[in-house]
Amino acid sequence: MKNLFSSRTGIIIVGTIIGIGAALLQYLGNPGNMGICVACFERDIAGALGLHRAAVVQYLRPEIMGFVLGAFVAALFAGEYKPRGGSSPLIRFFLGMFAMIGALVFLGCPWRALLRLAGGDGNAILGILGLIAGIFIGIQFLKRGFSLGRSYAQAKASGWIMPGLMFGLFLLLIFRVSFAEGGPIFFSAEGPGSKYAPIAVSIVAGLIIGALAQRSRFCTMGAFRDVMLTKDFHLISGVAALLVFAFAANIIFGQFNPGFEGQPIAHTNHVWNFLGMMLAGLAFALAGGCPGRQLFLSGEGDVDAGVFVIGMIVGAGISHNLAMASSPKGVAAFGSIAVVIGLVFCLIIGFTMMQRAK
Amino acid sequence: MIEVDVKGLSCPIPVVKTKQAMENNPKKTITVVVDSNVAKENVSRLAESKNYSIKVEQAANEECKLVLTPSA
Repeated sequence: MKNLFSSRTGIIIVGTIIGIGAALLQYLGNPGNMGICVACFERDIAGALGLHRAAVVQYLRPEIMGFVLGAFVAALFAGEYKPRGGSSPLIRFFLGMFAMIGALVFLGCPWRALLRLAGGDGNAILGILGLIAGIFIGIQFLKRGFSLGRSYAQAKASGWIMPGLMFGLFLLLIFRVSFAEGGPIFFSAEGPGSKYAPIAVSIVAGLIIGALAQRSRFCTMGAFRDVMLTKDFHLISGVAALLVFAFAANIIFGQFNPGFEGQPIAHTNHVWNFLGMMLAGLAFALAGGCPGRQLFLSGEGDVDAGVFVIGMIVGAGISHNLAMASSPKGVAAFGSIAVVIGLVFCLIIGFTMMQRAK
Repeated sequence: MIEVDVKGLSCPIPVVKTKQAMENNPKKTITVVVDSNVAKENVSRLAESKNYSIKVEQAANEECKLVLTPSA
């Protein structure tokens, strides 16, 4: 069966749906310029579970669950569900952790960087430039034979864990389980965590995007990487569609407010917006996928991508607990040192895992 | 016969390895062994952009061989 969505037209359709979908989710209640943000939403999930106690960013985001479950179902139907793993799992965990730390210094994943730009937030330009710089560094390693190694077929059950986890989180959301008085599950009473679209809309949007992205291999990091590495403009055409249609939808919904100051859930520290996203971009490039792509891969049985996702969620907890995550007030006390440590980690991994090309 | 085995390697390593094989062996036929649809699609896209003709040979299990022949 020919995969329609892996064509140029297919990837543009998927980018368009994500762009409009994100603007619509924001219109229906999700936080400003955050219709969909994989990093922010995983951070909110970490907060809801009590892995960090930043009271303003705690919510079990159904979009994330939808992404994994939608990709899982799509992969099953397409005969692409294949449990596999064993390609440097611990390294991927830490790449996920540092990717999240970098993303939370900027305040957003690559998707949100595009959505922030589409909403008029000029600070996103620094983030996107940082992202491209990080990916560029990653490519230098890739060209010199960098690889995290082969993965191998895994037991059938191992591929069910991530979809199962997401289904479990969805049940916790539906039943709003309270594990102790005043304890988790936490739901923000104010701040970004208190802003959300209706659950039904969020989960359906997540499922649709998850399924489409699984079929089309949509990946923002891969988009920039392929342009620089092989001059392949396939994925970037989907990313461009996301940006253009999110922008158009924002104009229609009255959500476009150009400027640098006072942008929703953003700060104006150009240096650390750039460097935070540079760290994230490098970590994504070494791990082979943006946060969204890692979710979709984890749904189709890629256990290593699942480890990366868990690394990101744990990273969000650490990031907020250890004063590394930025806020609209600016970069936090330990944000910059954490980015430097993350960059050093990624460079060590990059330099030590290059195999001489034969 | 140049064979590139990219089984179990995740994106973008299959493309990088294939591209290197093409650059190191211009005008030669290259066989790429893949075991995922994603790698198959990506390597095929690279081959098309480099003007290689592609022949797919289904091997055992989910593996398949992409025989890439450069156009004259």
